[in-house]
Amino acid sequence: MIALQSVTKQFQHRGKAVTALAGVSLEISKGDFVAVIGPSGSGKSTLLHLLGGMLSPTAGKVRFGSDSLYDLSSDERSAVRKHKIGFVFQTFNLVPYLTALENVQVPLVLAGLGEDGQKRRAEMLLKRVGLSDRLDHKPRELSVGEQQRVALARMLANDPILILADEPTGNLDPETADSIMDFLNELNVEGRTIVMVTHDLRVARRARRKLRLVKGAIQLDEEDGSRPEEGQPVGEPIVMRR
Amino acid sequence: MKLQTLVWREIFERKNQLATSFLAILLGVSVIVAMKNITFYSEKAVAYQLDALGANILVLPKSASLQDYYSADLQKDLFPEDYVKRLTSSDLQGLDNLSPKLSIPVEAGGRRFILTGILPKNEFQAKAAWQMAGLFSRPAECGVAVNVPGLVAPAKETLVRKRVIQTLATNEVLVGADMAAALKVTEGGTLELLGRAFTVTAILPQTGTVDDGRAFAHLHTVQQLAGKGAMVNAIEVVGCCQQISQGLVQKINQLLPEAKVVTITQIVDTQIKTNRMMSRLSLLFLTIIVLVGGASIANYMFANVFERRREIGTLMALGAGSAVVLRMFLLKAVWLGLAGGVGGYVLGTGLAAILGPSLAGVPVLPMLAPLFWAVGVAVAVCVAATYLPARRAAQLDPSAALQEL
Repeated sequence: MIALQSVTKQFQHRGKAVTALAGVSLEISKGDFVAVIGPSGSGKSTLLHLLGGMLSPTAGKVRFGSDSLYDLSSDERSAVRKHKIGFVFQTFNLVPYLTALENVQVPLVLAGLGEDGQKRRAEMLLKRVGLSDRLDHKPRELSVGEQQRVALARMLANDPILILADEPTGNLDPETADSIMDFLNELNVEGRTIVMVTHDLRVARRARRKLRLVKGAIQLDEEDGSRPEEGQPVGEPIVMRR
Repeated sequence: MKLQTLVWREIFERKNQLATSFLAILLGVSVIVAMKNITFYSEKAVAYQLDALGANILVLPKSASLQDYYSADLQKDLFPEDYVKRLTSSDLQGLDNLSPKLSIPVEAGGRRFILTGILPKNEFQAKAAWQMAGLFSRPAECGVAVNVPGLVAPAKETLVRKRVIQTLATNEVLVGADMAAALKVTEGGTLELLGRAFTVTAILPQTGTVDDGRAFAHLHTVQQLAGKGAMVNAIEVVGCCQQISQGLVQKINQLLPEAKVVTITQIVDTQIKTNRMMSRLSLLFLTIIVLVGGASIANYMFANVFERRREIGTLMALGAGSAVVLRMFLLKAVWLGLAGGVGGYVLGTGLAAILGPSLAGVPVLPMLAPLFWAVGVAVAVCVAATYLPARRAAQLDPSAALQEL
């Protein structure tokens, strides 16, 4: 379904080239559930954005179905995201001045759906994530778990076939994180492909396939049954900064 | 929901940040609207006063002064009556009534009076050549007193306004009030001047001017009595104000280089100066609104784009193309301009109504036309000032915007 062919991504930082991904080749089948783990700065988010058509590679190709994603124009890539890809963010990224219902309506507005259709679908999706009583609440009036559920409902608005989740449980308590993961599993069972970046091994274990990125290269690519041991560090320890 | 809803919600969410830019536009537009409103009524007042004055352009002999004309128009130098023909057959626009005059001193009852020859209007109409252009091709409403609320024309000015009468036979005379009283003549009676008997067709009402000691007779009769041929010593012209301001006097001067052409603008000089000042101030404020208002909006929009990087990045991740992002910011600019324009119009119209009488000495009423002007300028300034920030937003790298936060 989606493939990276010798993809390299370099950034310029103060005149020096910094390699975020170094010749990564990867194939993700339809319906797969992939967890990308690795230390900070290993290129996880870069990989996710490359898959989402938001960051062009320095070298190599990213194929989405039969399309070479970066041979498409910027507007065509936007259309691919609009109709086929759903994003989930660690910080939820809800629009602060819109209600839960309106936040879910945003992708439908971009897709040009009529107002009645938008409202019906947004209500249905919020009901599915258990927020039918929070339709008119603004993000600041919701708990973090509820905010992430609104973000999940928004992600589902245009019925994506590929879900790209960047630390979807990173800001949540374990119980809420579990419920979010249950939901993602449910979406995967429905046949949606999921690529999830996470630091949390417990969360990563819920995926069918795990990729470990270190310094921009895939160090480990394992399917079910060859899970990292409990407590084994994924990469360098994370240092919390003030 | 529509994209516009998103724009509206964002405006109200961050209304305090928008307040300064909105104020800049609102105040700029309101001052310009007030200026334009006051200027409009002030110009109307000028037109009204010139119109009420009657003849506002004088064609005099080169040697004559305006003072000579006002004292009794008895300047000794003359010029040919043919100048009238030159004027009427020219393609000059904005000439209303033309009144060629010849004034000569006369003695009657042991006192000195003035006999003024005038040409009745039916003689203009009788001469086909005089109907060709100019006089009868004047624009609509030319020379018609405009209604300015609160302004009432002084009686004597109104009286002298119609210096041209429709018909006047060669043996008829109109006698001024003082002259009639001194000579004890009445309407229908006879008056002998320079050895010729005239029938008094009317006694003119008191005006308080030299006209009270004057008798009006047919121009050609007076020319015969003066024995100086087909000559006149003044042509009074009622020119349209608009055409006067567009250089009518200079055009008449070019047509009649041997004569002196003057315009009576002294009485409206202050008003004209006020109008000029208002026009200049309008320009100044237009510059200020464009520079200060535009800079303020551009500054706000750049800050707004910076602040909303994550939101823009998220929208792009959800499938918003650069055109959608550009449209979002430009829509915001349009709303800001509309609000500033309409608000500025209301405030400016109010200011004009309050300050008009003291600034320009004219009553000012609300007008609808500046609304379109105000909205047009405000929207144009807002959209122009927003374009660059909006383009920056549309070209934002969504990946960088999402990763940096």
